[in-house]
Amino acid sequence: MSSADSGPTFSAPHVVEYDYRRSVGPVLGRFFTELRERRIVGIRRDNGSVLVPPAEYDPDSGESLSEIVPVGPTGVVASWAWVSKPSAKHPLDRPFAWALIRLDGADTALLHAVDTGRESAMSTGMRVRPRWREATKGEIHDIECFEPEDAS
Amino acid sequence: MSEEEPVRSIVTPTRLEYEFTAAGAHAEFLENVARGRLVGKRCPRCEKVYVPARPNCPRCGIATVESVEVSDRGTITTFCIVRVPSENIDLELPYCAANVLLDGSDMPFITLLQECRVEDVRIGMRVEAVWKPEEEWQPTFENIRHFRPCDEPDIPVEKLGAWV
Repeated sequence: MSSADSGPTFSAPHVVEYDYRRSVGPVLGRFFTELRERRIVGIRRDNGSVLVPPAEYDPDSGESLSEIVPVGPTGVVASWAWVSKPSAKHPLDRPFAWALIRLDGADTALLHAVDTGRESAMSTGMRVRPRWREATKGEIHDIECFEPEDAS
Repeated sequence: MSEEEPVRSIVTPTRLEYEFTAAGAHAEFLENVARGRLVGKRCPRCEKVYVPARPNCPRCGIATVESVEVSDRGTITTFCIVRVPSENIDLELPYCAANVLLDGSDMPFITLLQECRVEDVRIGMRVEAVWKPEEEWQPTFENIRHFRPCDEPDIPVEKLGAWV
């Protein structure tokens, strides 16, 4: 038996990966179907407020919700965190911000990436608009990221 | 809305990337498996043998010391017939994932059972490792392609003790 101290060093990538295919049901299914058409929708609660992404049930009362309402596509950055070193799986290959974005007409915020190029261009309250992927598929990545509304 | 079908499902990927560096018991296990040998570690207190080798005993919480070579034959302690396809797993359905307790080891591990009909798999069934050709051996447990039934009588379930 050779000693581990004198032997070669064994090192290898170890990837734990599992792709879940998840049924989305009628409400999130509608949300993703609308994304494929480059539209964003939420759902109205009994108290009049609008949830984005839409939920099937009211988070307080548990009642079924059904009134789909269009929102955005522009909105306001409610909060953000700068990612200076994106990982391979991040939506952008350059520094960007993860942001909670409250779309116009919505009362809750959606998490997505914002591409401003530099951290100093990010601010809470800034107006943003979606940048759509060329070929949409019916998933959240149909929005590549958000960008400043006044960007050319 | 277009005439396309509404979206009914999405894929949510889960991925963790590690760089695993083997040391101690793990490195020794890999050095041996590269030579076609299965060498585990024995706990100095409870005397259980772990294959693949562990640097410490999960039961006693102390370091394992003694190296123990075990057989590449063993017994199925439990199994699962997989009839549902998984993305990333390119095996013909149905197939059998089995827990195998190697002769001389005290801890079963999960492995792939092939070369038998899934209807014929039993707890207590005797199986043997099918190794890759020697020239392809590397320091990896993948040197064992799969397990297959071997021509030995079953171990009675009651003799498998706590494993069933």
